[in-house]
Amino acid sequence: MGRTSTFLLSAAAVVVAGTMPALAAWQPQKPIEFVATAGPGGGTDNIARAVQNIITKYKLTDQPIVVVNKAGGSGAEGYVYGKASAGDPYKVIFGTSNAWQQPLVSKVAFNYTDLTPIAALAQDEFLLWVKQDSPYKTAGDYLKAAASGEFKMGGAQSKDTDEVLTRMIEKAGHIKLTYIPFKSGAETAVQLAGGHLDSHVNNPSESLGQWRGGTQRPLCVFSPKRLPQGAKVTATEGWSDVPTCVEQGLDIAQYEQPRTVWLPGKVTPDQAAFYVDLMKKVQATPEWKDYIEKSSQIDTFLTGAEFDKFIKEDLEHLKQVASEQGWLVK
Amino acid sequence: MDNFQELLHGFTIAITVPHLALMVVGVLLGILVGVLPGLGAPNGVSLLLPLTFGMQPVSAIILLSSMYWGALFGGSVTSILFNIPGEPSSVATTFDGYPMARDGRPTTALATAFGSAAFGALIGVILITFLASWVAQVALAFGPAEYFAVYFLAFASFVGMGGAAPIKTVVALAIGFAIAAIGIDTVSGSVRLTMGVDELVKGVNFVVAVMGLFGIGELLVAVEEEFHARAVSSKIDWREVFRAVGRLPRHSVALLRSAAIGCWMGITPGGPTAASFMSYGIARRFSRRGRYFGTGEVEGIISPETADHAAGTSALLPMLSLGIPGSATAAVMMGGLMIWGLNPGPMLFVDQKDFVWGLIASMYVGNIVAVVLVLLTVPVFAALMRIPFVIIAPLIVIICVVGAYSVSNSYLDVVMMLGFGIVGYLFKKLFYPLAPLVLAIVIGDKAEDAFRQSMLMSKGSLGIFFANKLVTCLIVAGIALVLLPLVLQLARLGRKPASPTSETTAQEKVII
Repeated sequence: MGRTSTFLLSAAAVVVAGTMPALAAWQPQKPIEFVATAGPGGGTDNIARAVQNIITKYKLTDQPIVVVNKAGGSGAEGYVYGKASAGDPYKVIFGTSNAWQQPLVSKVAFNYTDLTPIAALAQDEFLLWVKQDSPYKTAGDYLKAAASGEFKMGGAQSKDTDEVLTRMIEKAGHIKLTYIPFKSGAETAVQLAGGHLDSHVNNPSESLGQWRGGTQRPLCVFSPKRLPQGAKVTATEGWSDVPTCVEQGLDIAQYEQPRTVWLPGKVTPDQAAFYVDLMKKVQATPEWKDYIEKSSQIDTFLTGAEFDKFIKEDLEHLKQVASEQGWLVK
Repeated sequence: MDNFQELLHGFTIAITVPHLALMVVGVLLGILVGVLPGLGAPNGVSLLLPLTFGMQPVSAIILLSSMYWGALFGGSVTSILFNIPGEPSSVATTFDGYPMARDGRPTTALATAFGSAAFGALIGVILITFLASWVAQVALAFGPAEYFAVYFLAFASFVGMGGAAPIKTVVALAIGFAIAAIGIDTVSGSVRLTMGVDELVKGVNFVVAVMGLFGIGELLVAVEEEFHARAVSSKIDWREVFRAVGRLPRHSVALLRSAAIGCWMGITPGGPTAASFMSYGIARRFSRRGRYFGTGEVEGIISPETADHAAGTSALLPMLSLGIPGSATAAVMMGGLMIWGLNPGPMLFVDQKDFVWGLIASMYVGNIVAVVLVLLTVPVFAALMRIPFVIIAPLIVIICVVGAYSVSNSYLDVVMMLGFGIVGYLFKKLFYPLAPLVLAIVIGDKAEDAFRQSMLMSKGSLGIFFANKLVTCLIVAGIALVLLPLVLQLARLGRKPASPTSETTAQEKVII
């Protein structure tokens, strides 16, 4: 692999050599590594590759970019790698809220404070999904049925975003759910299609194919307002036709998962500023809009104090849920 | 016969000059990444993925799937010649392939492997063609309990009574399970067995373990035995290639049984690795020459190879129809599908007929292209065996070190690989079987997850494993496979109490 990637790198270097970089105080002098904290094909991997494509297409930097996957330990592998690369501005880590969530509930050898936050690029929405032929038409029906018997709720990973949301639903709906963790959202979707689960809370892109294929349907979206108008997914419905959960009496107004970008710790402010600027430029392209729409995410851009505030608020909320569930690690 | 018409239409898409050229390129690249350990099909496909973004989806998938076929074939080459499995799924091929090659018959071993692999792939494609919709339904029936039952069956078919002492098999299994448990646990989300090493949170990569256990372990044993500098006098004989392939029909029972196991495991989806192990274990149990397995038996090569390719091929079906990849490579390709703007899932067969049937037709053509190309390379690869041991040995070390490092560019992996080398050496010296260890490392954590998910669902009642016909059949079959050899042996003991000593020495030899 060593030889092949060196070859690819030098080939890429030849392609981009000679283009003028945008003016900034710090400029990269060697190839940049994008570290996706998810396996190939996962949401985090997709965003890293989308950003890489856009940067390469518009020649936003004159250095080549390679994407590597460090998905081990639910992404902890990538963050630990980032922590170990302190001071190295050529490693850009792509993750989720996992960066601050995972250290809270399991003894992983990193915390988000070991990394330099760059930006939150997009927000992935969550929806409540049931099997196509289940009798529930609204979240209210679902809650009513779930109150009488224990429902099985599937999700990706344990004590992660999906389980946190599940516990929030339990609290808001005064019900009890059995949470079954699987490796990924895609796997969970198939389990629901097979009737082994009663529901799950996948992101739109994780269950898009299943909705179109008529194996499962969303009841409501955990968002303050309905999702933006887009192309129809099934013959009659699109994302904007899905009611919000609050409309249907499930009082969780907002729950989203940000896609986050980090540098290792101990980099200079100049170096961090370069990447903030780079991500801003990426976000201004039509290709980015296209990616956001195709993956049914919400376009946001949080950086600096705003991003910090977002993390702090999310952490407060998580700590509350985690301590109620007895998840906190000492 | 709707499917048949669609298939003919698919052929008109697949058999065009640019697509045939793509297949040749893909297969050759695939053989290359398959032969280089540590690179492997999933990495190879993800390296190639960015090049396909500008292509038509159907051309792109033809290129990538051809590479997949090539890598599946190429992965067997190093297993047979150097005892280094390039792919997890070709581990079982080393058990008899390597002894046969060392015995001076590398050409026969390679040609047999490729011939049976092509047969397995063909059965897999035929299954996809005609049973696509039915198969999709079967896969949906698999919940956690059913998954566990399938893994249990894989363990049972392999473990039962191997050549080794049962207690040694259990020890090997236990060590394998412990290694599989390292890292983050899916069900509880907590970190296990990292022993203070931060990086171990990612777990132990399979390639790292296997290259150490087999490549380095075997090398240490060979060095100790001095290997008698036995540069194998392998004549490059073209006719042997065809003779070996021509002899395959004599083993039609093994071929058909292995293809059936492979298809089943590819769809369910236990994956090609579990399939090849299971097929080997069952062949050893039921073949007339089963007791000689591990010394270079033809059926010991046919069984894992046929099942591996049948599973590898049919694993693409759940990916297309359900959006669950049956193998690591299929997972990468699925990522590609989404980037090309296609959504894998039940609607793909309705919305994207050209794409789906072009791909299926290309599987027929691509496999033919692949088998012709690899058979042509057999004499070249077999000639590698003529290189003296003093040159090959350092080369094996280099391949293993580079392979282990390139898994995730980590130095720790290299150290672990060397550590596994020592474990492999000790296992061989002490007559502990390696196969149960490897099987437990590969599917141990999946089996554990499935078991605990089932327990969550049933609130701790084992009744979930007998809750419906499907899961009951699987579990009962597994238990039967474990108990059957015990019963047979008891019966045999009853008939002739004293077993000849020659048999025990033969058994010592075939410990794998």
